Amino acid sequence: MNRILLAHGSGGRLSHDLICDLFLPHFTAPALARLDDAAVVEPGEALPTKRQLEFTDSRRLAFTTDSYVVKPLFFNGGDIGRLAVCGTVNDLAMVGATPLYLSAGFIIEEGLELDVLREVVASMRASAQEAAVEIVAGDTKVVEKGGADQLFISTAGLGIVPDGIEISASNARPGDVVIVSGAIGDHGIAVLSEREGLAFKTELESDVAPLNHLVADMMQASSHIHVLRDPTRGGLGTSLNEIAQQSQVGIAIEEHRIPVRDGVRAACEMLGYDPLYVANEGKLVAVIDREDADQILEAMRAHPYAEEAAIIGEVTAEPKGKVLLRTGIGGTRVVDMLAGEILPRIC
Amino acid sequence: MCVAVPLRVKSITELQAEVEMGGVGRVVSLDLTPEAQVGDYVIVHAGYAISILDEEEARETLEMFRQISDLMETDDEIP
Amino acid sequence: MMKYLDEFRDPALAAALVDKIRRRSTRPVRLMEFCGTHTVSIFKHGIRQLLPPTIEMLSGPGCPVCVTANADLDWAIALASEPDVILTTFGDMLRVPGSRSSLEKAKAEGADVRVVYSTLDALQIARDNPDHPVVFLGIGFETTAPTIAASILQADAEGVSNYYVFPAHKLTPPATRAILDAGESRLDGIIGPGHVTTVIGSQAWEFLPRDYGLSCVIAGFEPLDILQGIYTLVDRIESGDPQVDNVYSRSVRPEGNQVALEHMYRVFDVCAADWRGLGTVPASGLKVRAPFRHFDARERFQVDPGPVVEPQGCLCGEVIRGVRTPPECKLYRKVCTPHRPVGPCMVSSEGACAAYYLYAGEQD
Repeated sequence: MNRILLAHGSGGRLSHDLICDLFLPHFTAPALARLDDAAVVEPGEALPTKRQLEFTDSRRLAFTTDSYVVKPLFFNGGDIGRLAVCGTVNDLAMVGATPLYLSAGFIIEEGLELDVLREVVASMRASAQEAAVEIVAGDTKVVEKGGADQLFISTAGLGIVPDGIEISASNARPGDVVIVSGAIGDHGIAVLSEREGLAFKTELESDVAPLNHLVADMMQASSHIHVLRDPTRGGLGTSLNEIAQQSQVGIAIEEHRIPVRDGVRAACEMLGYDPLYVANEGKLVAVIDREDADQILEAMRAHPYAEEAAIIGEVTAEPKGKVLLRTGIGGTRVVDMLAGEILPRIC
Repeated sequence: MCVAVPLRVKSITELQAEVEMGGVGRVVSLDLTPEAQVGDYVIVHAGYAISILDEEEARETLEMFRQISDLMETDDEIP
Repeated sequence: MMKYLDEFRDPALAAALVDKIRRRSTRPVRLMEFCGTHTVSIFKHGIRQLLPPTIEMLSGPGCPVCVTANADLDWAIALASEPDVILTTFGDMLRVPGSRSSLEKAKAEGADVRVVYSTLDALQIARDNPDHPVVFLGIGFETTAPTIAASILQADAEGVSNYYVFPAHKLTPPATRAILDAGESRLDGIIGPGHVTTVIGSQAWEFLPRDYGLSCVIAGFEPLDILQGIYTLVDRIESGDPQVDNVYSRSVRPEGNQVALEHMYRVFDVCAADWRGLGTVPASGLKVRAPFRHFDARERFQVDPGPVVEPQGCLCGEVIRGVRTPPECKLYRKVCTPHRPVGPCMVSSEGACAAYYLYAGEQD
């Protein structure tokens, strides 16, 4: 049998076999292999990390949850599995945490091909390996045909925040510099291009990537990182607004400094989209002390996921809670939060 | 009311054209501009080419802008 | 590099044009940009702040979403809720509030509403779903109407019998006349819609200098196009010499696109149309001609959308006519926002109210 049946979710023999034959070969964390009702983990255990972790001084945990419902399941540059791992890892990294453990819950539509599930799980394994995190807990449920759109993945992530790290969207200060780690809009356009009804061909790939090692490098270069944010749904424009509002500051950015790939610009022109609102899954925006801008930028550009990192603007005292953009031709406009879903326009 | 962009015609099959800009490709209809040729730029609205961009006119327009710019004694600094 | 886009956004050339405008403009003038896409472009590039205070820019009714009558939208929403019907629409219409609902809400309640980029997509959906009637909500002006006509001709040629169009298209010169004839606000010049005019030809605007003594400049949508357009208009006004000037000559010809016009008039006849904000304007709409009546959704379906309700306190109609600016509406920003729109001008990406709200913030 090569498809998921309702019985796979019933907790019996078939469920057990699914876990042992499909999931465990890829999710190899010892804590998971014990197949207890909960995973018991000891953060002090050796992990293949880039730098030594000093757990004794860290008293704070970072904890996040997310769900992934992307369509199509596989897209240029990634898939729902990679998205799930990277998205969760990145949420932890954005508060300066070292991500350690992930859980993954799978809601599977009856009839999904096992090969598809296997490919997703293999991709999660590869992404987890890259991010140096372990998937230590999981769950599967199967719903009747029509009850879910092929596959939904729900995750939770646990990390440790080193002492002294205070990275939060409320910490931006006037005078700070705003940096984006690379070109915006890749993910949203890559995924869009594979949806029917808007078919356009592009070589553009999703930028989905785990950013925790990049953040670790940045934190090594400076202890004056005030805000980190990954601009996923709603794009850079929405993230900057969130920061401006939470910190009660103004943010002034310059259009010509924002890196955008030609393909993204072209697709946005064709559909009437604004790259500022298109989703990213492998980018971060950092608000940092002006004094440390050079060394942080240098550390970022040395990392493969941030080679095009650029300063795009600065934090101002006024107008509070607003993001202002200096346009390519020298005009000014306000960048608001995304109102709703972006829709293709002819008008 | 009129989002439309200039796209380059890469190939034509009957009255459909593969067009592209910046590496992004689409298939559009040439129903309304049947005389378009490969290499032309067409203005595309809602999946149809509505005009063939006149490259000579485009050049002249840009040239006019540049002449204006030369006549200006202002700085190059954007105000 | 995006050819024929980037060159028309050159910052240095823009600065030079702005300077030229500032030097030439000596007295207060009110210019209306008819087309919503111009409104958006002007705001997006921050052009208003660059213009001298002598120039006041007003948005016109060139936003098909904004001028679609509630009665028409209600009809489309009611149709979408019919079992089996697949309603296809441009994304622009999805969130517009009708009397009681919207296409987006209807979708959430189970209606099969699909956003498409082109009638070509709608036609494909019809081919893929032969057991369902597929109706396309035909909004737009003369830029879009020929594409819808083409889709009907294609459906006809192929024998696609489950494709229908709900014709709610509008024509721009008659609407312009209606605004000017209403005489509600002084206008000194008009920035004409570049892509509508690509279809109808710059000659179609000769009536403005001839009958109204008004200058009209046909402009493209990039910053340099718009700035050049504004300069040319200001120049004409200052010299008291009303003309039609085509500064989008790379796309617009005096006679327009004859093939497109021929398609449009083969499938459609001119008729009176109901415009939000303008009421009934004679000879300003399109209806399906007899040979193609079997594609007319109005012929095929009978639905009762219920009584029409206009949003209370909404000044959309006056904004469209250039009589009021969005900040003058009591609901603007306080009650009516893109997140909770009362009227279509706040929903449509190129409605004047949305453009003000999104791009101008509280500066205006």
